[in-house]
Amino acid sequence: MVEIRGLKTHFATHDGVVKAVDGVDLDIYANRTLCILGESGCGKSIMARSVLRIVDAPGKIVDGSIVYRPDDRRPVDLAALRPGSRQLRQIRGQDIAMIFQEPMSSLGPITKIGKQIVETILLHRNVTKTEAKEQAIELLDKVGIPRPAERYEAYPFELSGGMRQRAMIAMALSCRPKLLIADEPTTALDVTTQAQILDLIAELKEELNMAVLLITHDLGVVAEVGEDVAVMYMGKIVEKADVFSIFERPQHPYTQALMESVPKLGMERRQRLPAIRGMVPHPLARPTGCAFRTRCDRFMPGTCDRSEPEMMTRDQSQVACFLHSREVADV
Amino acid sequence: MSETILSVDGLNMHFPIGGGFFGKPVDVVRAVDNVSFSVRRRETFGIVGESGSGKTTLGRCLMRVLTPSSGRMMLNRRNRPETNLADCGKAELRDVWKDMRMVFQDPQASLNPRLRVLDIVGQSLQKTEGLRGRELADRVSGLLRKVGLRPEFLMRYPNAFSGGQRQRLGIARALATNPELIIADEAVSALDVSIQAQILNLMQDLQDQYDLTYIFIAHDLAVVEHICDRIAVMYLGQIVELADRQELFSRPKHPYTRALLDAVPVPDPRRRRRKVQQVKAPVGAVTGTGCRFASRCPQAGDICRNTPPPVRQVNGANVLCHFAGQI
Repeated sequence: MVEIRGLKTHFATHDGVVKAVDGVDLDIYANRTLCILGESGCGKSIMARSVLRIVDAPGKIVDGSIVYRPDDRRPVDLAALRPGSRQLRQIRGQDIAMIFQEPMSSLGPITKIGKQIVETILLHRNVTKTEAKEQAIELLDKVGIPRPAERYEAYPFELSGGMRQRAMIAMALSCRPKLLIADEPTTALDVTTQAQILDLIAELKEELNMAVLLITHDLGVVAEVGEDVAVMYMGKIVEKADVFSIFERPQHPYTQALMESVPKLGMERRQRLPAIRGMVPHPLARPTGCAFRTRCDRFMPGTCDRSEPEMMTRDQSQVACFLHSREVADV
Repeated sequence: MSETILSVDGLNMHFPIGGGFFGKPVDVVRAVDNVSFSVRRRETFGIVGESGSGKTTLGRCLMRVLTPSSGRMMLNRRNRPETNLADCGKAELRDVWKDMRMVFQDPQASLNPRLRVLDIVGQSLQKTEGLRGRELADRVSGLLRKVGLRPEFLMRYPNAFSGGQRQRLGIARALATNPELIIADEAVSALDVSIQAQILNLMQDLQDQYDLTYIFIAHDLAVVEHICDRIAVMYLGQIVELADRQELFSRPKHPYTRALLDAVPVPDPRRRRRKVQQVKAPVGAVTGTGCRFASRCPQAGDICRNTPPPVRQVNGANVLCHFAGQI
């Protein structure tokens, strides 16, 4: 449904160009959940924001295409649309909706939540005000907010974190989007609330035949709801596969290290966690060749630092690592 | 069994809700409600719970940032008489704070951006031991090395560091006075997984090297299981279950503990969690009678709604539930 090819979003700063997203290829399918996994600063949020064209200045899409294929209209390249153009605003909210990590930042603080949802509905759909209100209350009920008619009149600050997150999901879903982008939707929530929100997204996905692009750093969440997974490191996708292959046969050393470094329930106590050494390099001091080589246990001098690894197919996965290239495998 | 370093008995922290006639309090929020536990020397004692469960307030009472409404907190230090933290004077507290230190969640907010590393980490040494100049610099460099930072960082400001490095600075600051007990409030929650693993490993190494006792406050159950020896589960101000790590995680006895464990997503796509039942969020303030979890509890009976549950002992675990051991 959405085809991202060679997407590059760069930030021109005084100190140099930060390549936040640097050549990303991704396919998003209807009724599937694609998880983008990565540590903070790897570019996953910027990538998602690029799809909706809401990257803040000085960030700019410098190359690549984001082709959106609606069922009923001709495909459009979102990357080529003028920001603020009518077509783009039409797609935003109606076809593609986004929910953010911090609901307070995307809900207006001085407008009742009911009104905020109604505004969105009125903007994109051809209904009367009364109908819009009915729909809004129905949505609030659907996302599991108790006493929706009362909460319709509530201001965002009157709701708890979990309820706010639900209100935002209700708003995002108000126009029955084809694609829902969720940027760390449950990171700020308690586990019990998180479980409910994840169930809710999964349920609505089925019901609306929606595609979901879920951005997270939590491996548990990925295993729970993901169908396809892409692992990002320093602006590039280093591995792409279905969720089973990623967890059972991770191919990239970075994916493997990530998997090993999280404590899991039921693990022996006091085992030392195999941590990834060092930290993510400064975005302006990107290592030559493979960006992960400075932290990689299987760094091969003369290969990994010479050139960047291409994406190659290995079993069910696509991986960008020289360990899997034919020349190295033969040696 | 090893000796007890801290024993808390009947601790209450109530906050009045104002707004009555002439600002008279109309009600109280029982943020910490009749909490008792003891911490053994050299163990890691975990406190888990959702936001609003009172775990941070409990930590702040222990540090005496807050003065509890009632209860006793006996701190048993090496070569010192026992101290009741609940009624320490200012001077005594200053002495206590040498042996009991805190590591905070947000390393960004807990380090003064206008101070250099030398001053941040060395402040307590300047104050307590009067160290200055070369001597101070040497001690601080030593501390930096202990937490895996380079001594060259001495003259830098906190903004030059990454999140993980800042958390290391926070730990170095806590270690400066050779404490016996460290209270870590969500110390790794804000960190990326790879950095989180580094900090957890560091905390374990330091514990072994310096015989430290940790009180580890967190909401991430996998992390708590990894690092803690005994764990207290808090719900709305009360400890609903207190047990050894193995007992708690393999045989949770309180329905709330079970609900928490069920909600954790497991990083294994073949073991997807069955759907959680929609538990209703607690409505409004909790009324005085009955079990606080009753409104969300799938097993609640009439007794739960009317009579406060007693603490029951089951297999060495303390469980605050009428039906402990039966369900």
